[in-house]
This record gives sequence, structure tokens and C-alpha cells, in this order.
Amino acid sequence: MSNSNVVDIKDMKVHFDIKRSLSQDIIRKNKIILKAVDGVSFSIGRGEILSLVGESGSGKTTTGKAILQLAPLTEGSVDFLGEEVRQNDKAFMKKFRQEAQMIFQDPYQSLNPRNIVMDIVAEPLDVHGLVKTEAERLERVRQALEQAGMSPVEEYLYRYPHELSGGQRQRVVLASSMILEPTFVVADEPVSMLDASIRTGILRLLLELREKKDLAYLFITHDLSLAWLISDRIAIMYLGKIMEIGKPDLIIHRGIHPYTRALTAIMPQPGVNKRNDRVILPGETPSPIEELKGCKFNTRCPIAKDICKEIEPILEELESGHFVACHFAKEI
Amino acid sequence: MTLLEVKDLKTYFDTSKGLYKAVDGTSFDLDYGEALGLVGESGCGKTTCALSITRLLPKEGKIHGGEILFEKTDLVKLNDNEIRARRWKDVSIIFQGSMNALNPVMKVGDQIAEAVVFHEKVSRKEALKRAEELFELVEMPAKRINNYPHEFSGGMKQRAMIAMALACNPKVIIGDEPTTALDVMVQAQILNLLEKLRKELRMGLILITHDLSILAETCDKIAVMYAGKIVEIGTVDDIFMRTGHPYTQRLISCFPNVGKEKILPPAIEGVPPNLLEPIKGCSFYPRCHMGIPICLEIEPESRELGGKHFAACHRSGEVSHE
Amino acid sequence: MKWILRIKKMKEFGKAVAKNKMALTGAVILGVFILVAIFGPILVPFSTMEFGAVEDMLQPPSGKYLLGTDDMGRDILANLIHGARISLLIGAVATLISMFIGTLVGILAGYFGKGLDNVLMRFTDFFLVIPWLPLMMVLAAILGTSLWNIIFVIGITGWAGTARVVRAQTMSIKERQFVERTVSIGAGNLHIMLRHILPNVFPLVFANTVLVAAVAIVSETTLSFLGLGDPTMASWGMMLHYAFEGGATAAGAYWYYLPPGICVVLVVLSFTLLGYAFDEILNPKLRGR
Repeated sequence: MSNSNVVDIKDMKVHFDIKRSLSQDIIRKNKIILKAVDGVSFSIGRGEILSLVGESGSGKTTTGKAILQLAPLTEGSVDFLGEEVRQNDKAFMKKFRQEAQMIFQDPYQSLNPRNIVMDIVAEPLDVHGLVKTEAERLERVRQALEQAGMSPVEEYLYRYPHELSGGQRQRVVLASSMILEPTFVVADEPVSMLDASIRTGILRLLLELREKKDLAYLFITHDLSLAWLISDRIAIMYLGKIMEIGKPDLIIHRGIHPYTRALTAIMPQPGVNKRNDRVILPGETPSPIEELKGCKFNTRCPIAKDICKEIEPILEELESGHFVACHFAKEI
Repeated sequence: MTLLEVKDLKTYFDTSKGLYKAVDGTSFDLDYGEALGLVGESGCGKTTCALSITRLLPKEGKIHGGEILFEKTDLVKLNDNEIRARRWKDVSIIFQGSMNALNPVMKVGDQIAEAVVFHEKVSRKEALKRAEELFELVEMPAKRINNYPHEFSGGMKQRAMIAMALACNPKVIIGDEPTTALDVMVQAQILNLLEKLRKELRMGLILITHDLSILAETCDKIAVMYAGKIVEIGTVDDIFMRTGHPYTQRLISCFPNVGKEKILPPAIEGVPPNLLEPIKGCSFYPRCHMGIPICLEIEPESRELGGKHFAACHRSGEVSHE
Repeated sequence: MKWILRIKKMKEFGKAVAKNKMALTGAVILGVFILVAIFGPILVPFSTMEFGAVEDMLQPPSGKYLLGTDDMGRDILANLIHGARISLLIGAVATLISMFIGTLVGILAGYFGKGLDNVLMRFTDFFLVIPWLPLMMVLAAILGTSLWNIIFVIGITGWAGTARVVRAQTMSIKERQFVERTVSIGAGNLHIMLRHILPNVFPLVFANTVLVAAVAIVSETTLSFLGLGDPTMASWGMMLHYAFEGGATAAGAYWYYLPPGICVVLVVLSFTLLGYAFDEILNPKLRGR
């Protein structure tokens, strides 16, 4: 392998052609394009956790799906373990689907209500034809469930998803995703639907698996403090672009980009008393359908100047491993 | 005079499997201009509490005991017509998905005016004028009352819902997860707005949420609910600095604090008890890291820990915050 | 272990049926007819096709002939019992054919969408809108009047509604997250259709089957009555046909044409009751827990 990175994405763009109504069709001829992801590049090393933080509509989930070829790439490329991912390369895709897994946000939606736990967990084995006998299948499922903290295993094997709690369902999802021993997992808000007391158990499990199997994660979340807690690097996304990327403590305490700073300013800090000085960014994220010239953040940025409305800043390295996309990055 | 006093409220649901004790002996009070945060995990009874106060319980739910004193009037004893007349004027409620409750084919201003006309004997014109004032109150341009809901973003819809809740000058406003579905930035905006409004209008605010971390900056008092009961209640400082219940302690540590050391907190093992079955002893005992034999036998009484700080734990004095 | 689970599910389903009055009524009526169809030959150990004595022709109900005799002197009750077997057999097999085609077309169209969906759905619409009776008559006339031809004709004309319903359900299931998750682990289309789509459309297919069965029985009766049935098989439809041809109505021989008519109505009613009840039981949204 020429490259030590698990995932390398270069200038990835995912644009969707929005279906128009008849009236819109008549009025204007040009297509309406939703730029969910609009030129994103980053890489994830072995055993690394990269958190992708952003609000809804920032394109963070689409980025995760596009890496796993679950959303069509308009431009750019994804390299996996040094090899470019091509959907029509059947042999490569078979390996890729085993090595890269996805955990979805909603454990209530991501399990087939008519399958029992055993079949759900064993499904990847069945799909790839990895076990020969029923006994072997059961053994692998047992191991996976135990690893996911579902013991005694016998109690859960023959249950349906609706007979499990939210936390248990997410553990089943994890067991199923980990049964093929992947090297890379996209975790899309894996704990945001769960109660606070259950969250830590799932997070602990994710980190444990990283330790044991040298797993790399793309951890997608809207919760900056959670990202700070578990990741090695944080990337801040806004309207399909990465605004800033760097080490968690750097982002949280010495963030450069005005958007990062707005996010950290409103971050709740339990136990810390009311900070009346905090500045809340007014307005809301514009729709990704709108054509925005210049910096994507210029409509809400407190320090925007004329240049921001004309020229889009590129992601530049400020110090080793700390990238910021802002014209005034050096002045802040 | 206290604005709202809930005393030993018991709300049970009559299900096919038996009596579900959603709220089982809950007491708290709320003063003018005060904000109380009600926090707990799903199924702990916090929403049932809100529905009991507004008497909006589904037909299976009944208040089996206790009093809800609103300026000395017991809301539990009022009949349906009396409570309907009071609902918007005295107590208003904003739900999590309430922004989706706006009628899509009616102008937002008209919907607010309709609510005003329904409760106060004013003309439609006056009511529309009131709607404009309300929009300015929630920091939206007054002319937007002529827009339809689909022309609003999620945050603006929630603002409109707050405007509607304020239409009849309520004295208490209850927000049941009012910001949960919104983006963090908009969430902060809405919480700030609620805080400003309750101070300006001297309203009582009850903020119900599962997210303990947002309460520290918006509330004066926090009540922590578990299995239908308030296990700890006190000022924000009481809860965070002088924690008196192991559940509160664990709940606090579940929210990462960027100002502190980066450690993954201990998980709360197990699941909340089944409220269909009788609970012996302390309801948190099976999940508690501080349990002693007495917890299994005797249900702890709510004990005062100084000031108006109460906790229901046999070892409340020993809970350390860290 | 897995079959224990299935039995548990069946039991739960049985309990739900027992609680539902519509379902229970339908199940009891249908149950009686099925038992009669199975044990008919034991109850009536003689051929019903042979003609009786002249003095026995068109006799009203009496102690000897409980439901009277037809114009050939044959026992109506015996005929009715034999007819149950044939009518139900035609209904059942034709329904199976219909359900198979309907489910297959529905899943394929709903799952693949686009061009295939268009082609299959136009084809379905064709079967949905053309008047089924003339079509069946033409087909039956071309193919000839044998039992299996009747079954075939009814089977291939009754699937269109099922295909539409299954397609709609498939399209909604396809968008569910567990299907996306299955794609992400590398599953192929066949795997997804068999393991995720089919089990989730099955309750719908099942509820629909019962309603299609009712239509199939009516179709069989209609075809046979019009003389397009298998003359060697005394189904209820054929009985009505012979009754009509033999001038039973003119002769006022109500015992001749009423019993098969009532039987058809009862069976169709029981299927319809079951169909609506299943829909209620299997559709969690209607159940309203």
C-alpha cells in the first residue's frame, strides 16, 4: 500500500438535481441544483476519528454517504486504502463493502422490523457468503453481540427490534456493522436519538472497538462538545464546504473561522454560570439551493468585507494540521 | 403569592396492561418571572407533568391526586369549560413539533388573530394589530404576519408559535422541548428569546428538556425527574455545584464539558423501571453506584439540603461532584 | 428455536382473529365450507353425476332428499357438497396464481422503478381497466372449457389490483433506512427484495389474497353459469347453469337454484369479512395501539 490513509477524498462534490414543478418548468429553463457537498477534501488515517460537525443542511451526512458510494459523486474522487473507489469495479466494491461500514442515526429506522436480531447481525455474513455452517454463523453472531455488550446473548438472539430499547437497537446495529471487522466506519449521529444516560455506553463501545481493531471513524454530529470529547480531529462544515479543520482543543478554544467561533460561543457548558456576554449569530443558514457568490458564510459573517462577497476563500494551512477557509484567517 | 404551585401531583394512565404511574407524587412551585427547568430522560414523566398542568391529557390519563394551584385556584378541580377559558390566558404551552401545527393554507397572522378573537372580545382588526405587536415581541418583522407558514424557516415558525402562545398574555408559559428539532444556532436564539420575554413580561417559564446542558444558562431552578418523581430540585448552582442525588451527578457527567478534563464519563447502567409495576425502595437503586441496603427497602423522602435545595436520596449528603 | 417463534407469531395472530368479530364470523363460515370440501366424499360416497330415477326428478325437499332433487333426479345436497370442493379448489388455485403474478410484478416495478416500472405498470393498467368478464369469456372460449383452463383464466385476470398495491408498498419500503443499510453492507438486489421487501409486503399480500379469492369464486360462478365451465365438474356455478337451463326458475323449483346461490354468497362474504379483518389486524396503523 502506497498510502497509510484509510480514506482520502479529493474535491468531492455532490449536487442533486431538484425535481421541479410544472410551473417552474415553464418559467425558467435552467435546472435547480442543490449543492449538498460542494468541494470537500480531507483524509482519515488508520485508527483515527475525524468528526464532521455542522448544522442541518451543511452536507455532513451526504459527505459520509458519498464516501460509501451511497450518494452519487458529481465530481472528485474517493480513495480507500490508497486505491480509487470505482463503482463498476465489482471485485473492488465487494471488498470495499466489507471494509467500510455505516451506522445510521436512527436505530428505529435502520433495522428491518420483521427480522430477528440473529438474522440482522448475520446479514453481512450471508451477503458475502462468509460462513458455511449454521453453527459457525451462530458463533460469529454470538461473538459480535458479546463485543457490542449484549449479554447474555441468548436473551436477545430471537427478539425482534421492537422488543428492544433504543440503546439495545443501536448495539445491534453496531454488532452487525462490526461483524465483518471493517477498517473504516461512517457513524452518522449514532447517539443523537438516544437518552443521555445511554449515550456514553455506545460511545465507550465505539472507542473500545477503535482501540482493539484500529478502526477509523468519520463521526458525523451536530454536537461540538461531543466531537471534542471523542475525536482526534474536527472538521467544521457549512453549506457543503469545510470551514475549518484541526485538533479538537484548537477548534474549541482557539478556533479561527468566524463560524467556528459562533458555534463555540453558544456551546453549553454545564455548571458554568450564565454568560451574558455570549454572542448569538442572528439569522439562519441559507438554503443550499441558493447561488452564493464568494464565501458561503458571507451572509451571516460578522466580519465580512467586500472581498468575501466576491472571492471564495480556499482552505489554507495556518499551522501544522490546522486549516481555515477565511480571507482574514491570519488577522483574527 | 406564588404563581404556580404543584403539590403531590399524581397522573396515571389507564392502559390495557394496568395502571401506568407516569407522574407519581411531584411537587414544585414557580414564581413570577422565574424559570424552572424540568429535566429527565424519555418516559420520566416530564411531558405528562406539562399536560397535567394544562389539562391536555389524552383520555387514558387521569389526575389521581394532588393539587395544581394557579394563583390559589386549583386547576385540577376546574371543569372542561373553565379550563379551556384559562388555558391560553393563564397557562400557554409550546410543544416540540408545534411549528408543524400551523395551518399551511392560512396566513400566520390570521392564525394568531383567530386565537386572540377566540379568547378576548376584540374585533378582528384589533386582533391583527395584536399579532403585529406579538411578532415584534418575538423579534420578527411585523409585516411577515401576512406570510404563509411555508414561507417561514423552522426557527421562524417556532417564533410564530411563541408569539401565538403569548397572544393572551399568559402568566405561565410551558416549553416542552421547544428547541429540540432546531439547529444549535437557532436553538440558542429561541432560548435567548424566551429568557428575554419572561424577564420583560414577568412570566413564569417551565422549560422541559432532556438536555441538561442547556438549562444552566436559561433557568433559575432545575428539577430532575426520574421514574415519575422529582429526585432533586434546587437552583442551578445547587444542582451543578452541590449535587445531592447520584442520578443528577451521573446525568451531569453525561454531557461533555469542554472546560474540563477530557474523560469519557461512566455510563448509567441498566434501564429505568417499568412504571406499570410497584417499585419498592428507591426507584433509582438498580442503576445507582452508591446504593446501600436501606435503598432497597425504604423509599427516600425528599430532604432539604439547605435553602430550597431538596434531594430524595438516603446518601444525599455524600454525593460528591466529581 | 426459529419455528417456536413462528408458532408464537401464529398464536398471536390467532388471538387477534378471535378477538375481531368480523374475522371470527368469516373464519367460522369458511371453516365449515372447507371441512365440507375435504370430507365431502365421505359424506356422499356416491357419484353425483349419474341420473336418478324418473319419479325422483325435480322433487321438493323431503325426508328422503333433504334439499330436493334436480331435473335429472340427482340429490341437490350431494351435488352441493361436491360442488364445494370444486368451487373452493378453483378459487384457491386461481388466487395463488393471481397473488404470485401480482406480487412479482408489484415488487419488480416498485423496486427498480424508472423504465421497468413504466412498462410493467402500463401492462398492469391494461389488465386493470379492460372489462374482465368479456376477456375471461373470450379466453375461456379460445382455450376450451376444462377445469384448469378456468383456473388459468381467472388467475391471469385478477392480479392487477394486487400488483398496484404491492408496488406502492415496495416503493415506500425501498426508501426505509434499513434498505439503505443493507445496500451499504454490499447486498444485491435479489437479497434486498427477498429478505427485506417481501417480508414487509407480505402482510399486505396476505390481506389482499383473501379479497382476490372472493373475486375468483364469483368469477368461477359467473363463467360456469354462462356455460363456459367444465361440464364434467359440478361446481356451484355449473349447478346454477343447469338449474337455469332446466327451467328451475320457471318451474318454481327454488330448492334447485337457491342453495348454490346461497353457498356462493356465504363463501364470498366470509372471504370479504376475513379480508377486511386481516387488513385491520396486520396493518398497525389501523390497529391504533
